[in-house]
Amino acid sequence: MRWLPARLVERRVETPTAQTLVLEVPGWPAHLPGQHVDIRLTAPDGYQAARSYSLAAPADGDRIELTVQRVPDGEVSPFLIETYREGDPVEVRGPVGGWFIWRPAQTDPVLLVAGGSGVVPLMAMVRARRAAGSRAPFRLIYSVRTPTDVFYADELRRRVRDDAGLDVAFVYTRAAPEGWQGEPHRLNLADVNTHGWPPDLEPLVYVCGPTGFVETVSDLLVGLGHPARRVRTERFGPTG
Amino acid sequence: MGIVTPGFEGRPRAGAPNLPPGQYLTPDFPVLSAGPTPKVPRETWEFVISTETGMEYRWSWDEMMALPQEAPTVDIHCVTRWSKLGTTWQGVSLDTLLDGIDTVADYALAHSYGGYSSNLPLGDLRDGRAWLVHTYDGGDLPAEHGGPARLLVPHLYFWKSAKWVRGIRLMSEDSPGFWETAGYHDYGDPWREQRYQGD
Repeated sequence: MRWLPARLVERRVETPTAQTLVLEVPGWPAHLPGQHVDIRLTAPDGYQAARSYSLAAPADGDRIELTVQRVPDGEVSPFLIETYREGDPVEVRGPVGGWFIWRPAQTDPVLLVAGGSGVVPLMAMVRARRAAGSRAPFRLIYSVRTPTDVFYADELRRRVRDDAGLDVAFVYTRAAPEGWQGEPHRLNLADVNTHGWPPDLEPLVYVCGPTGFVETVSDLLVGLGHPARRVRTERFGPTG
Repeated sequence: MGIVTPGFEGRPRAGAPNLPPGQYLTPDFPVLSAGPTPKVPRETWEFVISTETGMEYRWSWDEMMALPQEAPTVDIHCVTRWSKLGTTWQGVSLDTLLDGIDTVADYALAHSYGGYSSNLPLGDLRDGRAWLVHTYDGGDLPAEHGGPARLLVPHLYFWKSAKWVRGIRLMSEDSPGFWETAGYHDYGDPWREQRYQGD
């Protein structure tokens, strides 16, 4: 895999601390939803820093999208969010990862469980489903702190309305919007039971979020009777 | 040197520790696993080394704990780019486990409770470079970090240090494991930055 030059062509604000970057990468090969990309920055003295980011959308020709959550005191994410300008070059390499992926030819029911910015690769799956005209039944359970922390909020509303067979349930851990049933809480067994698929439908389950979240959710899923081999996880710690 | 990104300066270089290329330091211990964490009770835990001729050597938890123990302090490097320096472990050297096992195999496949596997040359498990560890930072190795016992092969990227390890298959031919089948490198030397197949 070679490092390819890439340029920023568009930036979208998702939340006060997260942005979607659209990069143009001449010669970018195709990728599957769930895969990620390595980004490398080089300083004038040759110092380099690289990080992995999940791809947020299916490839659109040479254009790829990633959503970057600002990590306080991070070396790369604050630069990408605050300093990086349209037209400026970076280098990218990918796609990377061949396990936490959804192939549009799959027809099994899918349960996506996102914790915070763990929604990014799962959104790539939701978007790829739409792009491929897939009828695989999808459910997304999205745990966030508050309504302002939701990535892709408008698009998710639109997709739920327009994409037959897609359901989205939010769980708020700190503050819930008007009209949301219940008190803010961490994702629990009842949430997974209510908004997920029963194990006998043998869904393929993708869980992505911080380590503690993924540990909790995958334990709940296995406890509900989902076979461990049907539960795919991606965990992240801080990736400044 | 890559293409300079205007405005990027990066962290101060002075006093930076000697890290493999492309890595950054973390004080945390992030977790990377492909699926749910297997829960393996020590009472039923066993560790098996099988040879290319079909011989099997087994250890129960108590038998493993009765072997000579070592306490390596090592740096670990994850392919997702974090490195952690000076981590402390306790366990049994693979030299001890392999001692007396009759094999001419060149390759090893570590396999785990939960189905994970990873391949590496058998030579990399010898000469004081690999351990079966059960203790991290003075306490029982937590399940999310591979407890009750994992492999520790710190001179290779950390995915080679199979969590929840259940045994090692000695083989005449190399056979890719879980991440290797998904595009990661068969050897994985962090100092040569062998992250993906073809690096």
